[in-house]
Amino acid sequence: MDATSIADFVKQVVMGKISVVQHTEQVLSEIESTNSEFNHFNLLARDLALQQAKEIDAEIKTGRHKGKLLGVPISVKDCICVKGIESRAGSKILSGYKPTFNATVIKKARSEGAIIVGKTLQDEFGFGTFSTNTGVDFPTPLNPLDKSRSCGGSSGGSAGFTALTEFTHAGLAESTGGSIACPAAFCGVVGFTPTYGRVSRYGLMDYASSLDKIGTMGKTVADASLLLEIISGHDSNDSTSLPEPVTSLDEGKGEAGLKVGIVKELFEKSDEAVRKECEKAVSEMEKLGASVKEVSLPLNSEYGVAAYYLLSMSEASTNLAKFCGMRYGLHGKLEGSFNEYFSKIRSEGFGKEAKRRILLGTFARMSGFRDAYYLRAAKTRTKLINEFKEVFKEVDVLAHPTMPVVAPKFSEIKKLSPMQNYAMDLCTVPASLAGLPHISLNAGAVKKMPVGLMLTADHLQEQKLSSAAFSLEGALK
Amino acid sequence: MPDVKIDKKLLLKVAQNARLNLSEAEVKEFLPQLKEIIKSFNKLDALGVFSEKPSFQPLPLKNVFREDKKEKCLSQKEALSNTKHKKDGYFLGPKSV
Repeated sequence: MDATSIADFVKQVVMGKISVVQHTEQVLSEIESTNSEFNHFNLLARDLALQQAKEIDAEIKTGRHKGKLLGVPISVKDCICVKGIESRAGSKILSGYKPTFNATVIKKARSEGAIIVGKTLQDEFGFGTFSTNTGVDFPTPLNPLDKSRSCGGSSGGSAGFTALTEFTHAGLAESTGGSIACPAAFCGVVGFTPTYGRVSRYGLMDYASSLDKIGTMGKTVADASLLLEIISGHDSNDSTSLPEPVTSLDEGKGEAGLKVGIVKELFEKSDEAVRKECEKAVSEMEKLGASVKEVSLPLNSEYGVAAYYLLSMSEASTNLAKFCGMRYGLHGKLEGSFNEYFSKIRSEGFGKEAKRRILLGTFARMSGFRDAYYLRAAKTRTKLINEFKEVFKEVDVLAHPTMPVVAPKFSEIKKLSPMQNYAMDLCTVPASLAGLPHISLNAGAVKKMPVGLMLTADHLQEQKLSSAAFSLEGALK
Repeated sequence: MPDVKIDKKLLLKVAQNARLNLSEAEVKEFLPQLKEIIKSFNKLDALGVFSEKPSFQPLPLKNVFREDKKEKCLSQKEALSNTKHKKDGYFLGPKSV
């Protein structure tokens, strides 16, 4: 069966042309048969998925059905809590943890009839660009277009399965510094990251609280936008969620009258072949009616990576302090003092990259260093946000390559030092630091590997992004 | 940025604060990596930010209070459902003294 759009799929479900139970069985079988090869899932939620599917089929038979996601299989990044389903954020330290509540995004998706099919693999707590920093004893997800290459990270399993599946599907993913856009670009799908606070973080296992956003992954702009619209909105359980009403993420006016700024530095710092594909896509936007001009973000391009990593590691080191082997997750034999026991469990449960980031974050917040590192990064962030605000006085949307390269081979990633690894995020961290909404869509390919174009808008302007991306996607087909 | 000497002594102090036991192999691996990363952070020195206000959030936030009334919360059984270390309805922890 070819994947149809979510909207068309739901129509067929409502008309009784698709049995939700049968369809769910098929999707679960596909995951089972492909997962040993690609590692996109940590956990298959078979019983939960089939129970939900039966309920929806029964509702349709009795005419009680409702919802924009009726029977649609939704995968969930491992860091998002699903009640009763082991949720580990890709870390051994959360082994066995079964949340006693659903994240708000799960409640919202399920209230529209979504079927939760399983938890997707990720870099441990989101600490990575290539999904090669999965936790202790976790496998690495592989790119469905070339198994010797990365899916991108940290929502690698989510993007990988979205590209691989033959069925209608969308993914709930999460981004701190580009973890939706990057894997979407590497796998050739659409990744939609909202404004910070547009989607409730209640039930999300934190990486960095001032940067984390739950967003969506879809085969098309329409699918990713529909799911994002559904999960958006204020939530009293998340004090950082925004009170503004949710706008409809529909086709809108497309490129007509849209002012697009191409970001000079981020084009210049990308591989030539990637740059050319993105330039072609931008010229399509022009043909569709957009006016295009070059803009500059010199401070974000130069200082974004350093400021992002200092802040995100500082926040991560405090957020991860709660994992100590007492109340949930990995347990050990209660021996020694508090500090001895906690240190033993943490040393066993965290992977290498998690330890590296905890160490760096702890260092940056230590007495004597805090003002020089953490506070300086927070002040730098103010300058970087202001730089964006100035540019948005001139244009509606910014465009640049999502990643400076196509999905690298694992053999290439192994040669990178941690710092070289972090530097790969130069295109995605600026928008993340400023909490700006962005969408990555497929702009073309280099030697059969997809190239992502990233569009960024000002706070709460998701509608401009979905509208521009929707018509561009149509033109690029 | 201060002229910090990143050595084994400092690394072990940071690890102790972070409640991590590092093996000799980890110290050997992390030390040069941390030096490289912290050195790269020093580039922020070039940007004058003395008079800037720090942004701890990307958007301005207002303090939020909920109504002062009783709400449903986790039951004791639910709160203890994910731990192996419990006794008489309480969490069990390692010895504190």
